[in-house]
Amino acid sequence: MDLTRLSAAALSEKLTAGEVTSVEVTQAHLDRIDAVEGAVHAFLHVSDDVALATAADVDARRAAGQSLHPLAGVPIAVKDVVVTEGMPTTAGSKILEGWVPPYDATLVERLKAAGLPILGKTNMDEFAMGSSTEHSAYGNTHNPWDLERIPGGSGGGSAAAVAAFEAPLAIGTDTGGSIRQPGAVTGTVGVKPTYGSVSRYGLIAMASSLDQAGPVTRTVLDSALLHELIGGHDARDSTSIDEPLPALVDAARQGALGDLTGVRVGVVTELSGDGYQAGVSARFAESLELLEKAGATLVEVSCPNFRYALGAYYLIMPSEASSNLAKFDGMRFGLRVEPTDGPVTAERVMSATRGAGFGDEVKRRIILGTYALSAGYYDAYYGSAQKVRTLIQRDFDAAFTQADVLVSPTAPTTAFKLGEKLDDPLAMYLNDIATIPANLAGVPGISVPNGLSDDGLPVGFQILAPAKADDRLYRVGAALEAALENVWGAPLLAQAPELEIAR
Amino acid sequence: MSSISRDEVSRVAALARIDLTPDQVDRFAADLDVIVDAIAQVSEVATSDVPATSHPLPLTNVMRADEPVAPLTQEQALSGAPAQEDGRFLVPQILGEE
Repeated sequence: MDLTRLSAAALSEKLTAGEVTSVEVTQAHLDRIDAVEGAVHAFLHVSDDVALATAADVDARRAAGQSLHPLAGVPIAVKDVVVTEGMPTTAGSKILEGWVPPYDATLVERLKAAGLPILGKTNMDEFAMGSSTEHSAYGNTHNPWDLERIPGGSGGGSAAAVAAFEAPLAIGTDTGGSIRQPGAVTGTVGVKPTYGSVSRYGLIAMASSLDQAGPVTRTVLDSALLHELIGGHDARDSTSIDEPLPALVDAARQGALGDLTGVRVGVVTELSGDGYQAGVSARFAESLELLEKAGATLVEVSCPNFRYALGAYYLIMPSEASSNLAKFDGMRFGLRVEPTDGPVTAERVMSATRGAGFGDEVKRRIILGTYALSAGYYDAYYGSAQKVRTLIQRDFDAAFTQADVLVSPTAPTTAFKLGEKLDDPLAMYLNDIATIPANLAGVPGISVPNGLSDDGLPVGFQILAPAKADDRLYRVGAALEAALENVWGAPLLAQAPELEIAR
Repeated sequence: MSSISRDEVSRVAALARIDLTPDQVDRFAADLDVIVDAIAQVSEVATSDVPATSHPLPLTNVMRADEPVAPLTQEQALSGAPAQEDGRFLVPQILGEE
């Protein structure tokens, strides 16, 4: 039996039953990482010793009869934008190369308290700015379905690690689609929870009013298990929702039974048609049929202001990012570069440090954000974008009176070739056209793999629910997953090519 | 509405404290012109009767319990500093004068 092929839920059962130890499970994943990392490059840092120490501790506690969290001993990979005490954290940037945080993010504290061995930190676009992971300062991550192609972004490392069976679980963050779009292009499951569902304390912020951490997994149930572990109120994040999470795991188990009688599924008119690849549209139509067969009612809903979402996003996100990234000033942590000529003043050190430490896309967005916030442009750009945000929320409110969940393809195309869109920022930004509205409104979304396009590459199906109704994602997502696997006879990833084993 | 010149990019980069090479200024001016054109459409629907939203979920006056918690130690706080002296961050001179 290959332990790396099992879901987190299946591993949990075997660990609880004493059929395997966490050390065996963790070592199997570390061996897999050794074997395929040369081809995939999902990780920026692999923490063998720390992971095995946690695993041994969990095994000892289990042997002593202690009561443990269901995911205790199941290893996990963490996106490098989440701070981890004693483990390097770079956010994919040279400006933080070698930085070792002195504290843990709240979600990492929860992973550690529950006894999940942390396998390492995953690659990402620098400061989570990108849709292909090509903006990482530490090299490309390769899509396990086709190593010449992008794994999505910004969380391409987490998605690729899970798709390549290097980890059963991973943590991602989603500001405009950075969990869901990589999920779609790698044939994995990704969830962006309701804004405030998972604490942002210890996330290196890009856009504070949009950022949300969430699960990256191979099954819908695994995402629910992980979401319940990392979610819930945290007094250290003032935007954290101070109420209990809905019953997410129960919803996933109920959905897997396959009955969606009475569920109204809204198909968003504005998130289909032009710009969506034919194979993506075809798989979407087939998935709708499966939902209907499961008893759901399909309704068409219109969200006319979604066409302004991309514009609003590319004003709000860079504006908030330009402010958040001001902390990288070369004074208290990270890189410091002194100018080679002229006086070495704080201001000139700051400019030299940021000039040398930030990559092009980060500079582009900081400059765009600073411009949008500057005197004379604020009302036309940032002010207008915030109004569009209101209009998009109203569209969601109206749509959710007609439907319990909204659906669309997650991304307009399958994975493109590395380098294909690197010199065209606007083309790159269009990857997130279907995922951005959820971030602007704070509502939750999931991407579930729903087949292969004509090019043999994975496609994702997006489900959106009202704020704080994350359970609906899991119910409908698990029902779709069950119906699709019934058709395929196996999970989609069973069709992925075997990676060359390098040893 | 928009037209981002090289001068504008240089001015904004200076405000953002980022040194750019002349080549970067050229490229960013071209990129940002295209991007700003594409996103300027937001002003079409942003009429005066629409209120602005800064935050996805409404929240007011969030407080935590007024209980002391242990902060980072001095050693931890300084652990990532590019330079330190006597338990403090060591920084370059702040003002430009001699």
